Amino acid sequence: MEAAKEFLNNLFNPIVYTVLGVALFVVMLLTYRVWTRPKFALALLGLGVGAFLVSLPDPNFRAIVTKPDNVPIVALIFILGFFLWWSLRQAAINDERLEQGLPPREAEEANDRILVWPDLVYEELICMVILSVVLIVWSIYLKAPLEEPANPGKTPNPSKAPWYFLGLQEMLVYFDPWIAGVVLPGMIISGLILVPYCDKNPRGMGYYTLKERPFAVGTFLFGFCVLWVMLIIMGTFLRGPNWNFFGPYEPWDSHKLESLSNVNLSEYFWVHGLKRRMPEEWFMRELPGIFLVSVYLFAGPALLLLAPPVRRMYQEIGFLRYGLVMVHLLPMAAMVIKMILRWTINLKYVIFIPEYFFNI
Amino acid sequence: MAKKGDLGRIWDYTVNTQVWRSIMRHGYPSTPRNRALAILSNLVLHLHPIRMRKSGLRVRYTWCMGGITFFLFLELTITGLLLMFYYRPTAEYAYNDIVFLRSDVPLGIMRELHRWGAHAMVISVWLHMMRVFLTGAYKPPREFNWGVGVVLLVLTLLLSFTGYLLPWDQLAMWAVTVGTNMARATPFVGHEGPGASAIVLPTEGGAISVIHQASDVRFGLLGGRFVGAPTILRFYVLHCVGFPLIVAFLVALHFWRVRKDGGISGPL
Repeated sequence: MEAAKEFLNNLFNPIVYTVLGVALFVVMLLTYRVWTRPKFALALLGLGVGAFLVSLPDPNFRAIVTKPDNVPIVALIFILGFFLWWSLRQAAINDERLEQGLPPREAEEANDRILVWPDLVYEELICMVILSVVLIVWSIYLKAPLEEPANPGKTPNPSKAPWYFLGLQEMLVYFDPWIAGVVLPGMIISGLILVPYCDKNPRGMGYYTLKERPFAVGTFLFGFCVLWVMLIIMGTFLRGPNWNFFGPYEPWDSHKLESLSNVNLSEYFWVHGLKRRMPEEWFMRELPGIFLVSVYLFAGPALLLLAPPVRRMYQEIGFLRYGLVMVHLLPMAAMVIKMILRWTINLKYVIFIPEYFFNI
Repeated sequence: MAKKGDLGRIWDYTVNTQVWRSIMRHGYPSTPRNRALAILSNLVLHLHPIRMRKSGLRVRYTWCMGGITFFLFLELTITGLLLMFYYRPTAEYAYNDIVFLRSDVPLGIMRELHRWGAHAMVISVWLHMMRVFLTGAYKPPREFNWGVGVVLLVLTLLLSFTGYLLPWDQLAMWAVTVGTNMARATPFVGHEGPGASAIVLPTEGGAISVIHQASDVRFGLLGGRFVGAPTILRFYVLHCVGFPLIVAFLVALHFWRVRKDGGISGPL
C-alpha cells in the first residue's frame, strides 16, 4: 500500500498529469460508444469511487479532499464524470440511429406538444424540493469555514485564487500576468460568444451527437474538461506551498525545493546556439522569438489548410469566420505547447522584452 | 359522481367566495382550459409557454440545469438578504460579524446555505453551458441568447468573487489579492501591463507617467493599492446591489429570449 502510494506520488508531476489527462480525453472521445454502455460506465464509476475510498485513510489525501471548500470540487469531479457519461451515452445512441437512417431520439417527441401545467411545473417543483433538501443537509453537516482575521502582513503559503480561477493561476506559471490574467480570460469569453456565429454546421441542433459535429464538440469539451476543470483540480489538490507540485498522498512540505533554471529563447538562440553574446538592442535580440510567434500566428492558419478536413471547414465557413476560429484556437493550443516546452526544455519566454513588459 | 363530503363542500364554498375569486381567476387546473389559464394568469408561471415540446421536458435532455441555476440564484438572493441583517462591510466589523453569525445566531445555517449554494451555482452554470453546447442549442435562431448566457456565466463568477472577500479572513483577503494582482498587468491600463509605460503626459520638465500604482485599473477596482477597507465596501456594493441588478435584468432577457426564439431547443 505504502509502496503504491510512493509510486503514485513519484509518478505524478505536471507533465504526467497533463499528458495523461489529454490522452484519457482523446481515448474517451474516440471510444465513446464503448465506455458509455451502462455496464462499462458503472464499472468506471466503481473504479473511481473505489480509488477515492481506498485513498481516504491516507492523512494527506484526507486533509486536502475533506477541506470544506474543497468538497464541492471533489463533487465536481464525479458530477462532471456523470454528465459526460450521460451526454455521450445519448450521443452514442443517436449516432447509431442516424447511421441506420433513423432520426435522433429527441426528434420522436419534438412535435408532441404538451401542456406546461402540470408536467413541467411539477418537474420544476420536484427539482426545487430535492435541491432544497440537498442544500439544507449539506449546510447542517458541513460548516462554512472561517480562517484567522485578514492580516496584510502575513501571506499564506500557498496563496490561491478562488477555486474557479485556479486554471488561470496555473497559467501564471507559464505566461506573464497580462496573458494569463487578462488576454486568456478575455479570449475565453469572446471565443464562447463567437461560437454560434462561427459554427455554420446545420446538423446537430436539438439533440446529442458527436459524429455530426466532432470538431465543435471535441474543441469545447477539451477546453472545458481539460483546460478548465483539470487545471482547477490540479490547482486545488496538487499545488501546494510555493505553488510546487505535490502527489495526491504527499505531505505539503513548504521546504520542498524544485530547481528553477528557466531559459529564454533568445539565450538559447544566441548564447547556446550561435555561441556569441546577445545583441544589445531588443529587436535584434528577440528576433528569433518574434519570427516564431509570427509564423505560428500568421503562417499557421494557412499551413493548417493543407489538411483536407481543415480545408473543408474553410470552404464551409469562409475567410472571416476561419480567421476568428484560428485567433481563438491558436492561443488555446499555445497553452498546451508552452506548458510542454517549459517542462521539456525549461523554456521561460519565447519573446522577452522587459523594456515594455511584453513577454510571451 | 360520488356524493360530496364536508371537506368538498367547504372547498366549494371557499373557491366561490369573492376573496378567492379575486385572486384566482380560474378553477383548479384539471382541464386544458384551466391549465392554460394557470400559466397565463400567474406572474411567475407565465415565464413559461402554455405548451411545449415533449422532448424539451425530458430531464435527460435539459438536465434541468438552467432551472437549477435560477433556483440557486433565488436561494442566494434570499439567504444573502438575511445575511445582510448581520453584516457590516467595514474592516473593523466584518470579521467579528461573521464570528457572531457563526456562534450566536440561532439556527444559523444561512452562511452555509449561502456559501455552498454559491459553489453549487458556479458548477450548475458551467453544466448548463455544457448541456446547451452539446445539444447544439446555440444554433440559429438562438445565437444571441447564447451570448447573453456567456455574460451571465461571467457575472456568476464575478458575484462569487466579490462575495469571496466579505468574510474578511485570511482566505478571503489573499484569494482576492491573488485574483486582482493580475489586473496590474492589464495592457495599457495596468501599471505593469505592456504599453502602460508608453502612456505619458509630455511636459516641459519631462514626461510624467499617467498609469502608475495609484491610478491604474487595479487601483480603481480595489479603491487603493492593496486589498483593504475601501475594497470591502466596493466589493460589498457590487456583490449585493450592482451585479445582482444586472443579473436580474439579464436573466429576464435570457428567459424572454428562450420564449421568443421558439422555446427549449429541439430537432427541426
